[in-house]
This record gives sequence, structure tokens and C-alpha cells, in this order.
Amino acid sequence: MAIASDFGVRSPRQELLAGARDIIPLVVGAVPFGIIFGTLAQGSGLSFGATIGMSAFVFAGSSQFIALGLLAAGSTLPLIVLTTVVVNLRHMLYAASLLPYVQGASQRWKVVIGFFLTDEAFAIAIRRYVQPDLSPHKHWYYLGAAVTMYGNWILCTWLGLTVGQLIPNAAAWGLDFAMVATFIGMIVPYATTRPMVGAIVVAGIVAVLANGLPHKLGLMVAAIAGVTTGYWLETRLTSRPKAKR
Amino acid sequence: MNDWLLVASMALVTFAIRYVLLAFSGRIQLSSTLVRALGYVPAVVLTAIVVPAVVLPDGETLWLGWQNARLVGAIACVILALWRKNLLLTIAGGMATFWGWQWLVG
Repeated sequence: MAIASDFGVRSPRQELLAGARDIIPLVVGAVPFGIIFGTLAQGSGLSFGATIGMSAFVFAGSSQFIALGLLAAGSTLPLIVLTTVVVNLRHMLYAASLLPYVQGASQRWKVVIGFFLTDEAFAIAIRRYVQPDLSPHKHWYYLGAAVTMYGNWILCTWLGLTVGQLIPNAAAWGLDFAMVATFIGMIVPYATTRPMVGAIVVAGIVAVLANGLPHKLGLMVAAIAGVTTGYWLETRLTSRPKAKR
Repeated sequence: MNDWLLVASMALVTFAIRYVLLAFSGRIQLSSTLVRALGYVPAVVLTAIVVPAVVLPDGETLWLGWQNARLVGAIACVILALWRKNLLLTIAGGMATFWGWQWLVG
């Protein structure tokens, strides 16, 4: 997934294609996830059209799965929407991370970036945004990555709704482990500094401890605990050599 | 429950969450503290999603035994990711380990 190292200013088209290419491993990891979503949707009582519609308009995997679970359990609409908010709150953290890079962008770009903001698109695009070159076309890179992810997600949902129905007990195959594998592959390269390792460890432990909280709130609690730990360790490690204490 | 009402409501709140900060980005001045803290967001959020999926496979009970194929598969992923920074290799190797282990202990 090497991001091109030649930083001559690339055209929008080149950025678009580079983004689409670099997100392919993450797209592969999302394939089973999308197919399982489509497969499970029918059993939960969601119609064919609304299942595709959910992937096309909500476009947020984890919250879509949780919505299916809640639907099947006979939950109410306000409760499903509330849970969606909590599960997707992490996207606001992503948006905050993107802020320095979108400040000069048009409102149209911001709508596009917002609509397509997923774990995967963010993880790929942020690595492009932080590169020091002053290319004005980095949003195209984001767009290439995000639209590839989007097209794949809808296609896989459709596959799950159609072909997935032919596979006996597809959900029991553990295909969802592909998402775990993908995410681990994305996390590990970050773990190069001590504050980051500390942040990751704390987030993992807190996520398990806080798992019982309602509406999947544990995710946000763990995220905040991890970020705080990382920041605290960073401050401590950088200030120690100078501190007289 | 109306399917499409559900889809529309979920789409609306999800978009609002993703868009609201971007929309006002011109008027938001992030402190350097916040910018540094946000650097931890990607890895931390992904970890908080992954770890429970691995060690709480049924969503409730902590399972740290060697029979937990997800745990063994996840460890394989970490080793592969440390060894080679090749995401496809990590996914393929992790899935193979997970399935192989499930078959062995199942």
C-alpha cells in the first residue's frame, strides 16, 4: 500500500486513481462484511430495497449491522437511531482530524468528504493528507479511495441479498473475521512510538471493560481513554528531559 | 416499523455527525493540544472496535483461551503485520490461521 513517493504535483485524475488503488486491500477486507450484511438483512425483516438503500445512504457498516440486530430484536426506531448516533460518533473524531486539511475546501467538497467518511477512507486518506507536499488535489485522492469503498459496499450488499441467500448459514463461517484482520493490519503500523503503544493498549483494555455499557457507548469511552493516555504519555516523555522535578 | 423511515433517519444522523465539523471548519480553530491528541484517533478507535470482537466473541464473555480461534487469528495478524507491512498478506494469513485453528479445535 505504498503511497507514491514521487511528490511532483499530481493531477486530480492521478490522485483519484492513486486513492482508489491504495484502498484496495481495505476494500478486500470489507467484502465479506458487506456480503454478510446483505445476507443477514433479509432475516431481520428489512426489505430488499431498504437494505440496498441503507448501504447507499447510511454507508456505515457497524451501525448497519447493529441496526439489523436491533430490528430483529424488535427494537423501536428512536432507539435504533440513538444507537446509530453513538456508534458513528467516532466519525466526528475523524472529521476533527481532517479539519486542518479541509479548511480551504469548498462547501461542496466538505459535503462529499462528510458523506463518504468511513473508517477505511479516513485511514487511507489521512496518510495522504499528512504528507508534506502542498498538492492542492489531495481531496481527489480521498474521493478515489472513498468512492471505491462505496461502490464495493453497495455491490457486496447486493451480492449478499442475492447470492448470499444460496450459501447455507453464511454468517456462521466467521467471515466477519476479515474485518478484524484488516483493522489489525491498519493499527500495527501506527505502533511505532511509546505513547501510541500505550494509547492502543489502554483503548483495547477499556473497550473490553466498558463493553457492557448500553448503546455501544463503550467504544467512545475506550476511544477517549486511549487518546487521553497517548497525549498524556507524549507530554510526559517530551517534557521529562527538561523537567527539574 | 417503516423501513425507509429507518433508513432516512439513520442516514440523516450519520451524515450530520460526519459533516457538522467539516461544515464549520472555517470558523473552528483547533488548539495544538487537540491536534496532537487527534493524532491518536485512528489507531485508538480501530483498536476499540477490534479487541472486543476478538476476546468477546459472543459479545459478553471474555474468552482468552487458546481454543479461541479469533484470538489466535488476531495474534497471527499482529505478527504478520509487524513482519511485513503488507495489508493483503496480513488479511490472508490471518484468515487462514483463523479458519485453520477453528477447524483444528472444532
